[in-house]
Amino acid sequence: MTTDAYAGPLPLPTPESRPFWDAAIKHRLSIPYCDRCARWFFYPRPLCPFCLGDAVTWRDASGRGALVTFVINPRGPKNFPITGPYVVGIVELAEGPRMMSRIVDVEPVPERLTCDMPLEVGFEDLTPTVSVPVFRPVDRT
Amino acid sequence: MNTTSSLRGTAAIVGVGESDQLGRLPDRSALQLHMEAARNALADAGIGVGEVDAVFSSGRNMANEVPEYLGIRPRFVGGTQVGGCSFLLHIEHAAAALAAGLCSVALITHGESGYSRVGHPRQRWGDDSVNNQFEIPHGTTGPATGYGLVATRHMHEYGTTSEDLAEIAVATRAWASLNPRAFARDPITIEDVLASRIISWPLHLLDCCLVTDGGGAVVLTRAERAADLPAPPVFVLGTGTAIGHLMVSQMENFDRWDAAERAGAAAFAMAGVGPTDIDVTQLYDAFTIVPLLALEALGYCGRGESGPFVRGQRTAPGGAFPLNTNGGGLSYTHTGMYGIFMIIEAVRQLRGLRGPAQVQGARTALCHGTGGEWSSAATVILSLDR
Repeated sequence: MTTDAYAGPLPLPTPESRPFWDAAIKHRLSIPYCDRCARWFFYPRPLCPFCLGDAVTWRDASGRGALVTFVINPRGPKNFPITGPYVVGIVELAEGPRMMSRIVDVEPVPERLTCDMPLEVGFEDLTPTVSVPVFRPVDRT
Repeated sequence: MNTTSSLRGTAAIVGVGESDQLGRLPDRSALQLHMEAARNALADAGIGVGEVDAVFSSGRNMANEVPEYLGIRPRFVGGTQVGGCSFLLHIEHAAAALAAGLCSVALITHGESGYSRVGHPRQRWGDDSVNNQFEIPHGTTGPATGYGLVATRHMHEYGTTSEDLAEIAVATRAWASLNPRAFARDPITIEDVLASRIISWPLHLLDCCLVTDGGGAVVLTRAERAADLPAPPVFVLGTGTAIGHLMVSQMENFDRWDAAERAGAAAFAMAGVGPTDIDVTQLYDAFTIVPLLALEALGYCGRGESGPFVRGQRTAPGGAFPLNTNGGGLSYTHTGMYGIFMIIEAVRQLRGLRGPAQVQGARTALCHGTGGEWSSAATVILSLDR
C-alpha cells in the first residue's frame, strides 16, 4: 500500500519517538530498554516509565509476539487505505511490551483468529518516510 | 467497615436538572445546553445562581468558558477532563472543596452537542500526539475498537457470549420504554442485537450507545445546608477514582478492569457499605461490555461471572437487579460524556420520582463510570441516609 498520496492517518514523530520511526523505515523494530530495570518498554520515552532513570538504550526486538486480543473492523476511519474488513489487535512482544498493530496475512474473520496466537513482525511502507510495524500469524508448518 | 475518608456524608446533592430537551437539537449550542441544565438544576435546588461559588465542568477549552457563559464568577473551579465519567470525579472534588470551606454551593454542568455538533470543540488528536503515533495509524476506530478489544479477550477467557452482551442492550431498552424522555424506546430482542450490523467485531450496532445532544447539571452543598432546602438531600457517602491509562494499548489487563476495581473498592470503603447494600445501580454503558466488566470489578459478581449474572433479563424492569433505570447511554441519551445523567437518574430514583421505572424503596444508589477507553474509572455511592 505504498503511495506518495497516502491520505490515511500518519504519525508525526516527536524527538523521543524519532529513533523508533527511523528504525521502522529500515524495517527494524527498535524498542527502548532500561538497563537499570533490565526491562523493555513501549511506547518510547526518554526516561524509563518504571524508574524514571535515564539508563535507556534502543535495542532491536526479536519481532516475535503473541496476540493478546483483537477486533475486526468492517471499515476503517476516514481515508484509511483498506476498504474491506481488517484486524486490529494488541500484540505482546516476546520482550514484554505491548503495542497496537494491524494483524495481516490472515482472513479477517473470527474463525481464523484466536487470542494468544503467535505472531511475527513485518513492516508496511505507508509513504517513503513512514513505515509501520504489522504482525502476521506465524506459519506453523 | 472502616471508612477511609472524612468526606463520608459531608456533602449532599440538592438539585439536579437536564436541558429542556434531549436528543437531536440542531438549534441548541453546547453552551446553551449547559445553561438550560444549570438553570433547571438550580431551580430544583431552590438556590439562586448568585449563590454559586464553584463551577465544575469538562471540556476541551479553558474552564473559564462555562462560568462566564452562565454569568458566574466562581472562587473555585474544576475542569477535570478524564472522559465520560468526569462528572463523577467532580462530585468527589466538590465534596472535598465544600468540606474544606473553599466553596458553599457547587454546580456541576454538562452540555454537549454530540450529534449536531453545534458549538462543539474539535477533538482531534494532534498528528504528533502519542495516540496518533501509536494507535490511530493502525486503523483504530475510536471507542468501538477500544471497548471491543476487551470484549474479545473476556469472551476468550471466560466464555462470555454475544448473547450475554445483548442481554444488557435488551434490558436497558426495556427501561427506556418506561421513560418518555428516552431517545430509543421501541423494545428489542436478543436476536435484533445479534442481527444488527457489526461496528467493531464482536460489537454490533445495538451494543453501542446513542449519539445525541443534551445537557445535565447537579448542585451540591454541605450536608447541614441541605437540610434547609426543598428537596430531600441525597448524601455523598462514597467516592472512588482510578486512572489507568490514556491509550487502550496501555491497559493493565484485557479480561478485567483493574482501574474500576480500585475505584469501586475506594468508594465502598469510604461509604462503609458493600454491593449488597445498593438498591439501584447505574453503570456507564457506552458499550454493552462495559457494565459486564463493571459488575465484576465492583464485586457484584466474581471475575468472569458477569455473563451468567445478567442472563434471563435479570437487569430489566421487574428483574432482580435494576440497572441503568433511565434507559442508559444505550437507549436514553449519550451526548458523548454520559456520566452526569447517571448521577441525575440515581438522585431521581432516591427521591422516588421515577414513576413506572421507580425502584420501590430505593435508599442507596451507586453510579460507576468509564472515561476514554477503559482509561478512567470513577464510583459514587449516594444515599438518603447519612
